[in-house]
Amino acid sequence: MSRALPVLTVLAGIVAIWYAAAVWMNAKWVYDQAERAGQQVTWAEVIPQTMNQTRPLLPPSHQVGAELWKGLFGQAVTSKRSLVYHGYVTFKGTMTGFGLGIIVGVLLAMAIVRFRVMDQSVMPWAIISQTIPIVALAPMIITLSSQLGISGRDVPKAIIAAYLSFFPVLVSMVKGLRAPDQMQLDLLKTYSASQTETFLKLRLPASMPYFFASLKVAVAASLVGTIVGELPTGAIEGLGARMLIGSQFGEPLIMWAALFAAAILAGLLIVTVGLVERLARRRMGVPA
Amino acid sequence: MSALWIAVAVWLGAWALNVWLAGQPLSRRGFGRALVPLIFGATVLVLWEGLVRGLGVAPVILPAPSAIAAKISTSMPVLWQDFAQTILRGAIPGFLIGCGAAFLTAIAIDRSPFLQRGLLPIGNFVAALPIVGLAPILVMWFGFDWQSKAAVVVVMVFFPMLVNIVAGLQASERMQRDLMATWGASYWQSLIKLRLPAAMPFVFNGLKIASTLALIGAIVAEFFGSPIYGMGFRISTEVGRLGLDMVWAEIAVAALAGSAFYGLIALIERWVTFWHPSQRH
Repeated sequence: MSRALPVLTVLAGIVAIWYAAAVWMNAKWVYDQAERAGQQVTWAEVIPQTMNQTRPLLPPSHQVGAELWKGLFGQAVTSKRSLVYHGYVTFKGTMTGFGLGIIVGVLLAMAIVRFRVMDQSVMPWAIISQTIPIVALAPMIITLSSQLGISGRDVPKAIIAAYLSFFPVLVSMVKGLRAPDQMQLDLLKTYSASQTETFLKLRLPASMPYFFASLKVAVAASLVGTIVGELPTGAIEGLGARMLIGSQFGEPLIMWAALFAAAILAGLLIVTVGLVERLARRRMGVPA
Repeated sequence: MSALWIAVAVWLGAWALNVWLAGQPLSRRGFGRALVPLIFGATVLVLWEGLVRGLGVAPVILPAPSAIAAKISTSMPVLWQDFAQTILRGAIPGFLIGCGAAFLTAIAIDRSPFLQRGLLPIGNFVAALPIVGLAPILVMWFGFDWQSKAAVVVVMVFFPMLVNIVAGLQASERMQRDLMATWGASYWQSLIKLRLPAAMPFVFNGLKIASTLALIGAIVAEFFGSPIYGMGFRISTEVGRLGLDMVWAEIAVAALAGSAFYGLIALIERWVTFWHPSQRH
């Protein structure tokens, strides 16, 4: 309870600011309309009119909520207008990229911890790779993969998502695989454990907390990558594409609904990863 | 085909050299530390060039590094104009405003644990959201020029920065704060002399994250409308015209700018937080 109250207060504050901003930003349109009709409007008349415009500059939260509700539950989930459908497309892309990112990140981390030369030559470039704005590559990855005869957008989206999500996994896994201290390594040596055994029985279990901590960051990054992959490319499916369509057709409500659907998806993904983490920790005997 | 084999041979040779270098004490300090990654980067370029030449890859699929370098040298004015529009006018002002606003907000809510407990979970959540999705909306609000790009950057960097600064302000230890209290330090004295310096590792962590976000925000926002220059604009139009050498040239500029930006922050970090264990060698 002590945690819910402050969060709710801040949320209420945000909604209040949102409404105030909606009135302020949408009022101009009302005044313009009135001026064109040659009428005078008072404040009391303006405020209700800012609340339900069809193309508001900033839709008030109840309008966004209604549009979101319509998108989520208003139609069959297979409909092209359903946000559940678009969310599923984005979810699929996110998961593919996430999986790919985990595999690449873990394999690279294993190689980096095992071989000194990998550590020195690949690690700096892995860091530099993240300073390159991947979105700059997004349109090109898409043309490239279509030139190579890969139809559909799943592959390029997954590549972009994986590019963003492998890095947190890599960094955490390198740290985690190096977490066992000298004493533990020495102990395994006195047991005459081989490299593989040391890896499987000491390094890998020791890295698990780091691994799961990185997953939350990675899944969020993967979602961002997927949405960016859907944005500039003329895609027609996915939450990113909905935002683009809303932007091109001047339908702010579509944009806002897609944005909030993306936020809900992000929340679900993070909570799910957190649950998996807790389950794994419990199975490994860590007191929760 | 011979180009490909030469490139592969160079790659293998350089890799063997790297393996040898990595085992040498020379590679642990100074110049030697930079040598191994540099050789690795150079061999990747050689291999790329060899692949493109040896297999005869069409330039619309993957231009050779030499072709990209030639394009960069012939189109300097365009690249500079795009760089100035996107980085200097879009990303950097947005970065400064966003980080500044986050800093002021963090200080403002510092005295109220209630607000902090409310804002932190929300800030953490928002920091994980795909904020880039706001780009079309902000372009609609602020127009096509750099103002909308800066606005996107502000929104993108604000929450990660806020979360990091608030966490940083709580980083000083109980004992240290008590010591300040025994000296009769006021709130502001304790803030400036103890808690802000103690927060710096967190702040720089946030700044590093924000620096990459700033470039992403500025470039993505240009996909939704921009004047007829800017890096995002150039990339999306040149991809349409299959001018991939220009796209790669822009990417090279973006990568350089991003690395320089990040490097600058890391450099300032080393100078400011010299006392932190992670800076000791």
